[in-house]
Amino acid sequence: MSTILLSAFGALCLTVPVFAWAVGGEEELIRLVRQDCGSCHGMTLKGGLGSPLTPTALRDKPVDSLAATILHGRPGTAMPAWKSILSESDALWIARKLVEGFPEER
Amino acid sequence: MSLVRRCAPFILCLLTACAQNPLRGTGDLGLVIERADGRVALVDQTRREILSRVEGLGDLSHASTVFSPDGRYAYVFGRDGGLSKVDLLAGRLARRVIQAGNSIGGAISQDGRLVVAQNYEPGGIKAFDADTLELLADVPAVYGSEGKRSKVVGLADLSGNRFGYALFEAGEIRITDFSDPRNPRTERYAAGRQPYDGLVTPDGRYYIAGLFGEDGLALLDTWRPEQGVRRILDGYGKGEAPLPVFKMPHLRGWAIAGGYAYLPAIGRHEVLVVDTRDWREVGRIPLKGQPVFVMARPDGRQIWVNFAFPDNGYVQVIDTLERRVVDTLQPGKAVLHMEFMPRGGAVWVSARDDNRVVIYDTATRKILKTLPLQSPSGIFFTARAARTGF
Repeated sequence: MSTILLSAFGALCLTVPVFAWAVGGEEELIRLVRQDCGSCHGMTLKGGLGSPLTPTALRDKPVDSLAATILHGRPGTAMPAWKSILSESDALWIARKLVEGFPEER
Repeated sequence: MSLVRRCAPFILCLLTACAQNPLRGTGDLGLVIERADGRVALVDQTRREILSRVEGLGDLSHASTVFSPDGRYAYVFGRDGGLSKVDLLAGRLARRVIQAGNSIGGAISQDGRLVVAQNYEPGGIKAFDADTLELLADVPAVYGSEGKRSKVVGLADLSGNRFGYALFEAGEIRITDFSDPRNPRTERYAAGRQPYDGLVTPDGRYYIAGLFGEDGLALLDTWRPEQGVRRILDGYGKGEAPLPVFKMPHLRGWAIAGGYAYLPAIGRHEVLVVDTRDWREVGRIPLKGQPVFVMARPDGRQIWVNFAFPDNGYVQVIDTLERRVVDTLQPGKAVLHMEFMPRGGAVWVSARDDNRVVIYDTATRKILKTLPLQSPSGIFFTARAARTGF
């Protein structure tokens, strides 16, 4: 069910630019990805213990499946579920920005 | 005109030059990584001051540092595979090489002549001449039948210019002997699922790898490696679902105090206490969050702990006699690292998102000073030069 919900959200997010943040504003999400996801994926997102999250590395990965990985983690790997921290719209925003090329911190 | 008067400008000049470059040791110097700017701040531990900054060190999003035996040079390992040699006395970059695609740390040999980097990409370790940073040996972390390479974690120096390290994907501990640097010899030991970091005990005898893929740690007696790996704290989380791990803990020999090892539990808000005589669990200490650095004050009386996101605004202090938390501090947002002064009277704590380093008196937990630094992460004092496993 959550996958269907996510897909619906994904479609919605591609067209609607305004979201509610679970952890705060856009700036805070950028900081979280660069700094905290960066612990494993590198601050430049070129990878570390976690895989690279550059647009090239994520080519062919659907946004909703990336968002699902962010929210639910990847069992058997070191990727944790972030659903206690991030909302579905946060995860979709992050996934979309990762595919486009993630913004730098200001 | 007297001789003194004629020479006055010259004498003045000499004195001024002396004032600018006084003789000094490096024993109270240190580096703080300013991770977002590819820069390190050179600091004076005693005066609690920033002396200067050294730029151009590349991607320092996961950086660590080791020191030459004389405490003059720092070797900084950057995420982008950069290995930079910083001259602490001159306050400048002495040498720099890009040695890999993706790296997280390194170690220096017992004799100080070899600097060894641990790499994720390409997975393996590389040994460099500490003077020139010339590559002496490349030891790929190849495993399995298909020639795949594993990411290397937990590199630590052992006696005899040997190095212990763990292979994340391969689930192994390896020991490479660089006593003949251009002809390294490597021994392999099965460790367990997904080692994430490792430590060597302060005496250099035991190498311990923390495991992410199972509840337990892998211990190798490097004096008797033929006995193989022994599991310690096996199944500490039995029957309980682990919490999501937002940041891997770091393990180093600093977590050993008074005959006990204080080790972070993965996916649990606990520090596990192990008797180092028989490596049996003797206690658990509940904490505010997931421990990342579990560090003993040099005298062993206290253990200071910081936490993974979202509890990374806190630091807790454990009293080792009472074996419980005696203080909870809030140094600032995103506490990434701590470093004790060598005799333990003060500790420096980096609060990345508040752009500051907070210096505490460890006895009173009063703030002694706050230093402004940009996105500070690792703090490294030169006393590490004299310790095995640092």
